[in-house]
Amino acid sequence: MESVLGRYRNLIILVGVLFLQVLGLAVQVKKGESQDTRLIRVWALRAVTPFERALVWVQTSSGNVWHNYFYLRGVRAENRQLKEQIEQMRLEQVRLSEDAAQARRLQTLLSFKEQFISKTVAAQVIGTSGSDLSRIVTVDKGENAGIKRDMAVITSDGIVGKVLLVSPNLAQVLLISDQSSGVGAILEKSRLQGVLRGTANGEVVLERVMSDEQVQPGENVLTSGGDQIFPKGLPVGTVTKVGNGKDLFLNIKIKPAANLSRLEEVLVLTGKQEREVVADDQVRVRAADILAQRLPSVPDKPATDATPAGVAPGASPASTGINATTKPAGTTAGNALGTVKSASGNTPAKSVAVPVQPGKTSGKTSAPTSAAQKPKVNKASTEVKPEGVQDEPPAQPSIVEQKQAPVADQPDAPPPQDNSPQ
Amino acid sequence: MPITYTSGEQIEVYRFSLPVTIGVPLVSLIVQAYVPKYFPGFAKYVDLPLLVTIFFAMARRNPVAGLFTGAIIGLVQDMLGAGEIGIYGIAKTVVGYGASSLGVKLDVENAGARLLVTLGFYLVHSAVYFTVARGLVNSTQHFNWGTGFLAGLVNAFLGVILYFVLDRFKQRT
Repeated sequence: MESVLGRYRNLIILVGVLFLQVLGLAVQVKKGESQDTRLIRVWALRAVTPFERALVWVQTSSGNVWHNYFYLRGVRAENRQLKEQIEQMRLEQVRLSEDAAQARRLQTLLSFKEQFISKTVAAQVIGTSGSDLSRIVTVDKGENAGIKRDMAVITSDGIVGKVLLVSPNLAQVLLISDQSSGVGAILEKSRLQGVLRGTANGEVVLERVMSDEQVQPGENVLTSGGDQIFPKGLPVGTVTKVGNGKDLFLNIKIKPAANLSRLEEVLVLTGKQEREVVADDQVRVRAADILAQRLPSVPDKPATDATPAGVAPGASPASTGINATTKPAGTTAGNALGTVKSASGNTPAKSVAVPVQPGKTSGKTSAPTSAAQKPKVNKASTEVKPEGVQDEPPAQPSIVEQKQAPVADQPDAPPPQDNSPQ
Repeated sequence: MPITYTSGEQIEVYRFSLPVTIGVPLVSLIVQAYVPKYFPGFAKYVDLPLLVTIFFAMARRNPVAGLFTGAIIGLVQDMLGAGEIGIYGIAKTVVGYGASSLGVKLDVENAGARLLVTLGFYLVHSAVYFTVARGLVNSTQHFNWGTGFLAGLVNAFLGVILYFVLDRFKQRT
């Protein structure tokens, strides 16, 4: 017996070591995604990352010295080009802010809740997993910087992945191209939702889109917010190829917006706020509202006389806005979005003729008499009715009308806003 | 002068100092994790920890030492990734055992033998890895023979260069 053991000693040890590792694998597979291996992973990371940090530091420092002190060729031209770009972006920003304000008002109508990125932590990528089969990167910030597991990681171009493992000064980020990742995504134009997954060869595909849907290459993909990790609307990538997949689903290949193979710095979203959308008071203060506020001597007119185009007869003008406090019953004012009926209306509305702008329901059409009386949307009681939409386009208050408002008469009132389309 | 005999009595067995025993595998793991940050294809075609495993196993010519070297390097490599710990460990354990067993019986000191041995063990490593990944962990990863063979050749050529560098750290027993 001893001779047999001695003869096959090496083989027995090999089988024993293999058996232990298979046992360990089986335990991990059975327990699923557990935190049992977290500690030894952190130890391994701590053993490797100090050297990676040093390498990154040396590389960054030498690069900075070169680029900041020696290689300044073309900086002036680049500066001039960037200034021009800023000017163009300012113009674009004006247009987008108008669109955003309109979107906020529409979201207010529907009691939308939106997520804001309230806090981010910038981190530098210092290493990878070293394996082509496990797509993760290591960043140089961890728990001490407020990073926690499952936080979203992005760049300015698009999403990158989520935090998988955190130690005090390090974090591992699972890229969206890894097989085990999953992100809720939505196609920008067609609004089709799916699940973004990585493949074994590092590609990113959008799954769970039915094969009878039309998806065009080139369409942008955004986060849908459904995974509770990434806020809605972050850029994911672009559709590159659409083909038939299995089980009646399309096989949609996505080119990630962020360059996942050349990550240098990333942002970890450490703070998200979810709040109800409130239309910005500083935008779209309409001429009629200002008139209503600044001219308290304007006599009340009968509702029938004051009814503008687009508002059903018998409706109080106050009920045409989403923030309106309305007459208790029989309010059927129409606009392009339908009728808003508020059950919380107990403030008497002034009978000021207020035209309704189709699709751009202002939050201040109810003519409040002061800032303290600013009407609030009662989310629980606001009901949007699609019926009663008037075909006739309402009148649009002109900028001339707005500028005629006697601002100087009431110094405590806010200045009138430019209501003209940008 | 390299020993080219294959009899048990005349085969040279080498040992390494503690800094080399720990440092070389550690450096290979660091380089393996760091370089893909700038060259993404590196991780696809090069497996430095595997080359180090083969080198130590062949130089020591001790199957037990070889399998433990492979197991430890493989497990640390697993820990740096996102998957289950043990897949690389099992693959490199087998390679370490095989390389050291082969080193006992064959001359693996010349460049041609090293090239072929490294290519062969790269394919063995891949086969074990994907078998374990698919069979035990239920992974959907698949082995591409074309890419695998090319990666094997790249590793083999790189290994020949690396082994001649690491030969300087050998100490005769």
